[in-house]
Amino acid sequence: MKTNDVILQTGTKVVFFIIFLFSIHIFFAGHFAPGGGFVGGLLTTAAIVLLLLAFDLKTVQKALPFNFMIVVAIGLLLALGTAAGSIIFNVPFFTHAFGDFYLPLFGESALHTAMIFDAGVYLVVVGSTITMIQTIGGDS
Amino acid sequence: MEFVLLIFLPLVAALFVPLLYKRIKNIHTGWFVFVIPVILFIYYLRFIEMTMNGNVTTSTLSWIPSLDISFIAVIDGLSLLFSLLITGIGSLVVLYSIFYLDKKQEKLNNFYVYLLMFMTAMLGIVQSDHVISLYLFWELTSISSFLLIGYWFTRDRSRFGALKSMMITVFGGLMMLGGFVLLSIMGDSYSIRELIGNADSIIGHDYFTLALVLILLGAFTKSAQFPFYIWLPDAMEAPTPVSAYLHSATMVKAGLYLVARFTPLFAFSEVWVWLVTGIGLLTLFWGSFFAVKQTDLKAILAFSTVSQLGLIMSLLGASAVAYHVDGPDAIIFKVAAFAAIFHLINHAMFKGSLFMTAGIVDHETGTRDIRKLGGLMSIMPVSFTVAFIGSMSMAGLPPFSGFLSKELFLTSMLALRDFELFNFATWGILFPIIAWIASVFTFVYSFYFVFKTFAGKRKRQPLPKQPKEAPVGMLLSPVILATLVVGIFFIPNIVGKMFVKPAVVAMQFGLYNHPNEVAVHVSAWHGLTPELLMTLGIIAVGALLFLTMKRWQKLYEIQPQYLSLNALYDSLMIFGESGMNRLSRFYMTGLIRTYLIYMFAFIAAITTIMLFVQDAFVVDMDSFSALNAYGVMTAIILVLAVCMVLFAKTRLAAIIALGGVGYSVALFFVIYKAPDLALTQLVIETVSVALFLLAFKFLPTLKRHGESTAFRFGNFVIAAAVGVTMTLVALSAHSQKLIPSISEYYKETVFTEAAGGNIVNVILVDYRGFDTLFEIAVLAIAGIGVYGMIRLRLARKENSDENK
Amino acid sequence: MEFVMSIIIGILFMAAVYLILSRSLLRIILGTGLLSHGAHLLILTMGGLGGTSPPVLAEGVTDYADPLPQALILTAIVISFGVTAFILVLFYRTYAEHQTDNMNLMKGNDEHD
Repeated sequence: MKTNDVILQTGTKVVFFIIFLFSIHIFFAGHFAPGGGFVGGLLTTAAIVLLLLAFDLKTVQKALPFNFMIVVAIGLLLALGTAAGSIIFNVPFFTHAFGDFYLPLFGESALHTAMIFDAGVYLVVVGSTITMIQTIGGDS
Repeated sequence: MEFVLLIFLPLVAALFVPLLYKRIKNIHTGWFVFVIPVILFIYYLRFIEMTMNGNVTTSTLSWIPSLDISFIAVIDGLSLLFSLLITGIGSLVVLYSIFYLDKKQEKLNNFYVYLLMFMTAMLGIVQSDHVISLYLFWELTSISSFLLIGYWFTRDRSRFGALKSMMITVFGGLMMLGGFVLLSIMGDSYSIRELIGNADSIIGHDYFTLALVLILLGAFTKSAQFPFYIWLPDAMEAPTPVSAYLHSATMVKAGLYLVARFTPLFAFSEVWVWLVTGIGLLTLFWGSFFAVKQTDLKAILAFSTVSQLGLIMSLLGASAVAYHVDGPDAIIFKVAAFAAIFHLINHAMFKGSLFMTAGIVDHETGTRDIRKLGGLMSIMPVSFTVAFIGSMSMAGLPPFSGFLSKELFLTSMLALRDFELFNFATWGILFPIIAWIASVFTFVYSFYFVFKTFAGKRKRQPLPKQPKEAPVGMLLSPVILATLVVGIFFIPNIVGKMFVKPAVVAMQFGLYNHPNEVAVHVSAWHGLTPELLMTLGIIAVGALLFLTMKRWQKLYEIQPQYLSLNALYDSLMIFGESGMNRLSRFYMTGLIRTYLIYMFAFIAAITTIMLFVQDAFVVDMDSFSALNAYGVMTAIILVLAVCMVLFAKTRLAAIIALGGVGYSVALFFVIYKAPDLALTQLVIETVSVALFLLAFKFLPTLKRHGESTAFRFGNFVIAAAVGVTMTLVALSAHSQKLIPSISEYYKETVFTEAAGGNIVNVILVDYRGFDTLFEIAVLAIAGIGVYGMIRLRLARKENSDENK
Repeated sequence: MEFVMSIIIGILFMAAVYLILSRSLLRIILGTGLLSHGAHLLILTMGGLGGTSPPVLAEGVTDYADPLPQALILTAIVISFGVTAFILVLFYRTYAEHQTDNMNLMKGNDEHD
């Protein structure tokens, strides 16, 4: 699918980052406003799909040189690790912890282990959808 | 140490067997295995003193503490006796197998793994207090027996025998499970001891007899009672150490154990007394009668095992009578219990040694066909001596232990004549008569076995191998057993005090307080009693029959092959197989569409019928929210998009229409205040359309493949049925709530408990995090699946030749 | 409104089942897509369509939409995407192997019994 569409490609370069940043925002906002790991992950996927449509598979693979299967694995481990981590503190599996912390730059922030779990969800969603699209697109 | 864990010692050891077999080639794997039963045997010896005082000890392994499920092992006189037999005979059998199975040619790793597995299963049966764990171990013995019979799995006969034994014993096991479940419902407990304690409430219950019969089916199939015995002769395809161990000394006695264990509970029933005694005697006669017909050494022993098991079974039945009589008469039926246990020990000894000698003959001459054998006495003197001792004990002659228990048996059978209850006054006379006839045949086949093999002249045609005496190691085990057979004859009361009486106390629970109260004294000479006269008669008639065997053995040929129980089993199997095949061909067309139609039709039918049968169809108009202009418009768009999907002529139009459906669904999510869903749905639709476009180059164009009008109409009917059902379900599910929704809880606690604001997301990551964890796992699997199907095209082209 | 939704759910299921029973592979994929839409709307309708505010905590709001069905549907949407992709690949691999997309020809035969 070698295309040569300058307007689309130039536009995509800008739009990709907008969508990507929006997806990150949506992901972090998820605990209090609409959003979260699933939506955030899908939006990131959508951004990458846009790249795929504007450029071709090889260019995208060069720009994002990850093996997305490994992203899936990291995501699953993160999610499982968060769930299992509670066992160390002698509370039942999947007990989350949260609290307010003072962070430099951000100031007073509410931190929640559910966020780590959500990050796992995010990574799995991105990883597996991109794996599917890449493999289907790359099949000859 | 908790002895409950020792039950699993063999199983744990089995894990190391393949490793030892692979790594250490020079030493026979059996030597390592040998250690296990010896350790266990020595360990269990410690309990003898305890059970001699009539005490019971338990050991608990909590398995699922939160559900209060624990595995309780009990050692009382009965389970200790069995445990000692299992480990003791087990040690000897392993020792014997070391010389019997060649370390180079046989797959010893398989053999010993199965054998150790069996050991655990058997110990589990006799020590379990929980009926369900007893059942599990029971089936494990069936499985290990199946594997051991099929040990030489390249032989047709082995596979046939293995399957047959599995079919019959697992059938019995399942029946028994049903019985256990009924018992636990009646007695409100799974513990055998508690069930026996609750006997009063169980006995009057409606299910009592049903549970009794079901449990007996389990015991009868396992202990090869008539008419289920047919698997045992076919099980002789197993290697001889296995036959000696599983199919004579231990596993087949599990049924006897079960009957003995449940005697205190069921003894009050007339059905129990009749069934156990009657079937036992019938089996005793049947087995001994047909043993004489056999020509294979192991087949003779198999039928003799069947018959001896019947003998013990009938004694167990007679011992139940002890619960029905008081005063001086009762003592005789208590003798029956003593005799049953005593004979069980004796049988394990002499039958074990006989099987081992049969194995030696097979090993050293290359054949087990008694017609080819003869005159081996001078070549194999030690084997002959062992076989002689075993056979004479089996025939019930002094000075061997079998004589003592045979006398006790006759005493008990004679006593049944005088029993008043349950119509025994009319039929009781049959018992000693059948017992006597069966004993005559026992005498005949015992002589047949030993003298046709070892005495007489050598046959003209040479044996497959040049016969010679077996190596010392192989003779060791049978010689030990034979020594015990003789030894027990001289010290029966010491054996009685140490092993038999504690077991009797456990078996006839409630009749005694202490083993010393079992007032049975065994002596070789007890005057000129009817029993002794019967024995003399047995010897006289038996010897006559043995000498004239050639003349009447032809009588067996009168029975046509097709009238046998084996033929019945075969035709049942064939009928079952072909019938099932025809049935499945009838509805398994191979077309996925057919199966889908079944599913959809059943979903529609069952749901609709249940909705109306249960009066569950309720439409509560008041709960409906008001019509919404945007909603109605979206609905119209959605329906139009669906129609487009249905009637699309090109695939592109269909995909776009499908996207349209998706976007309208997203609009619904917006209208019904679900921002997360709307976002997700919009992105997903976009990505899906992209996915379809990517896959387009691989997909065929949209074709109908000549779907006829009738075909489409059929599909339409099913589809309409499902659609209507779903509408009904949606309406009535909305209109009624059986229990209040948990949503309120989420709404109230989302900030205080989970420190979140977006309830949907908090549900996903916190309240129902478990679901999410598995859902992302599913997504990951789908991804791997897609990757696998495309990237990992296995080298199918090369392998395809294999399928041709 | 629930009544309209129930009818729509019925129509979605009907169309889905009709497509799934047809002979063409592609139409079966389309059918599974419609089926998941139907299921999502069914869950939503079961929970009730009332609620004047999205289930996100806000000052002074008490009438939230039911969050539980939404949470269930959210994961279902993502999973159904995964399943659709899987079936799509399964079908086009089948098509590449057998050179047909006619379900009638893809029949398990007796030789493999």
